[in-house]
Amino acid sequence: MLDLLKKREFTLLGIIILLLIAVSLRSPYFLNIENLNDILNDTAILMMVAIGQLMVIVTGGIDLSVASGTALTGMSVALLNQHFPGIPILIIILISIAIGFLLGSFNGILVSKANIPPIITTLGTMSIYRGFVFVLSGGKWVSAHEMTDSFRELPRGTVFGISNLLLIALLTVIIFSVFLQLTRTGREIYGVGGNKLASLYVGINVKKISYLVFALCGCIVGLAGFLWVARYASAQNETAVGFELQTIAACVIGGVSIVGGSGTILGVILGALFLGIVNNALTLVNISPFYQMAIQGFVIIAAIIVNTLVEKRNQLMMLRRRSL
Amino acid sequence: MDKDEALTKKNRLMRLPNILMKWEVILFLIFLIVIIVNSYISPYFLDYINIMNTTFNFMEKAIVALPMIFVIICGDIDISVAGIIALCSLFMGMASASGVDTLGLIAIGLGTGLAAGFLNGFIITKFGIPAIAVTIGSMSLFRGISYAFLGDKAFTKYPESFAFFGQGYIGYTMIPFELVLFLVLAVIFGLILHRTTFGRKVFAIGNNPTAANFSGILVNRIRHIIFAVTGLMSGLASILLTSRIGSTRPNIANGWELEIITTVLLGGVAITGGKGNIFGVIIGIFLIGFLKFGMGLINVPGKVMNIAIGFLLIVAIMLPEYINKLRSEVLLAKQKK
Repeated sequence: MLDLLKKREFTLLGIIILLLIAVSLRSPYFLNIENLNDILNDTAILMMVAIGQLMVIVTGGIDLSVASGTALTGMSVALLNQHFPGIPILIIILISIAIGFLLGSFNGILVSKANIPPIITTLGTMSIYRGFVFVLSGGKWVSAHEMTDSFRELPRGTVFGISNLLLIALLTVIIFSVFLQLTRTGREIYGVGGNKLASLYVGINVKKISYLVFALCGCIVGLAGFLWVARYASAQNETAVGFELQTIAACVIGGVSIVGGSGTILGVILGALFLGIVNNALTLVNISPFYQMAIQGFVIIAAIIVNTLVEKRNQLMMLRRRSL
Repeated sequence: MDKDEALTKKNRLMRLPNILMKWEVILFLIFLIVIIVNSYISPYFLDYINIMNTTFNFMEKAIVALPMIFVIICGDIDISVAGIIALCSLFMGMASASGVDTLGLIAIGLGTGLAAGFLNGFIITKFGIPAIAVTIGSMSLFRGISYAFLGDKAFTKYPESFAFFGQGYIGYTMIPFELVLFLVLAVIFGLILHRTTFGRKVFAIGNNPTAANFSGILVNRIRHIIFAVTGLMSGLASILLTSRIGSTRPNIANGWELEIITTVLLGGVAITGGKGNIFGVIIGIFLIGFLKFGMGLINVPGKVMNIAIGFLLIVAIMLPEYINKLRSEVLLAKQKK
């Protein structure tokens, strides 16, 4: 029990509960099933992509191109749907994952084969992918009436009262939790992030891992691109601008170490939820949504400072234990 | 046999005068090609007044690129520079709306920039957090503050004398004030980087921070100073930009951090730290500036230009590494013989 209390995720959960109580005191509309359901639906896409970001950050990298990738995949499938309405929705989903995989692979190859640092690679591809959205669309939007009904309705359809969007997010969470916790490759991802050289010596294919995380992150980004465009029923050039910061914020708030090696999916989900609740609460307590960006920046900085202090204390405690 | 032939071919490539293998020289050749192609494509390119006026479009970024060289040579990175520009512009706009004069506006712009950069440096060095993490956060904090205050509004009232900094020329020469200011600053930053002990220490930190620390260099103090100066220069860029466009919106200078970092890396500064020089970056600044000017003349949309810049960034990182690899291969082959 004491171990549980010491865990970061538990602290974050405590902060989230305090936040929920504080907001519900200010606004009676906050704590009801419908609004909570809305919050979950609003953060579902963020949770998914943040898991992709988590894998990249755990290996010591960073992916700044996730937002542009989301926009590019979204625009591609929206155009596909507009011009070939006959394509079944399941095929469209598969295509979106495939496009995302290609975009992620491009990042991964540049990082693992050409040895370009992840931040530079994805800084470059961020503007390349965003530029191609413009090239594809010619600057035009794809709006709701140009999409087929099945395309638009997919994220909103429900099974037992839970939206498909949330179910897909849940499925992603389960798949990647199993992958990261229980498979050999999943553990190798943490190994590479913890100590690259040591992983190399114990026989981990470091290059393969650093490619794989970008490719997998790309797959999630592709799926998210479809869901984003279908949910908001419009594909634009500015789709998901600034979204990459939110995914990084969710990771950092969730206790993922920015230098790699540690971080859990549970933490990332709580981090994403925290951001979602803050955004939802802002409107309910009548604060201009323009404050959102500043609050997010403040929370990121505060969270990394806390993370670093906690890590330092843990290291100190470990040293003390050793000397005993 | 085939392998031997390929090696001798590579060998011959290596025998090219060493000067041709230098990154700045390659960059300068690319720069010349850009100028030739541009003047071939458009008759409006090689025009004294046109060329002087196009420098307005990239001098503000160039001024931020100068301290960014120091940041990256130290092995750090600063993504918040565009956010700082927005924050400075916000405070100048607020001050101007309440009747502060031009001199006061400049003090506020520079002061805000310095304070923001100081804060970045403080968090990074005090808590030992990687610069990328801190500046991603502060980028969204600084720009977020200008969104919080401005929302969808804008400040557009600035004193008339304030317009000189971003729009003025030196005398009647048609040489923009911004260009001259940049050249003076480039000389100062170049001298500090290459001719002072401070500059040597910066290189030492980038090559091996631990070793630098043990040899008595105050690593964290130097990094802190560099981040503060980067903030100060962002404040200066904000003054120039605000004066040039005469208004402040929260999305001012959006995405500039990408272009500034691209320029510095294109100029041959290694992202891993410890390597780089000022001449390469100056060539890089004019290369990107004229490339965009040329593309603009033939009506290439800005989004498509960004694709070109993105590819340029990736190629700029890959090329030196590829050349080095080629070199070491040949050296190895020689040693075997």
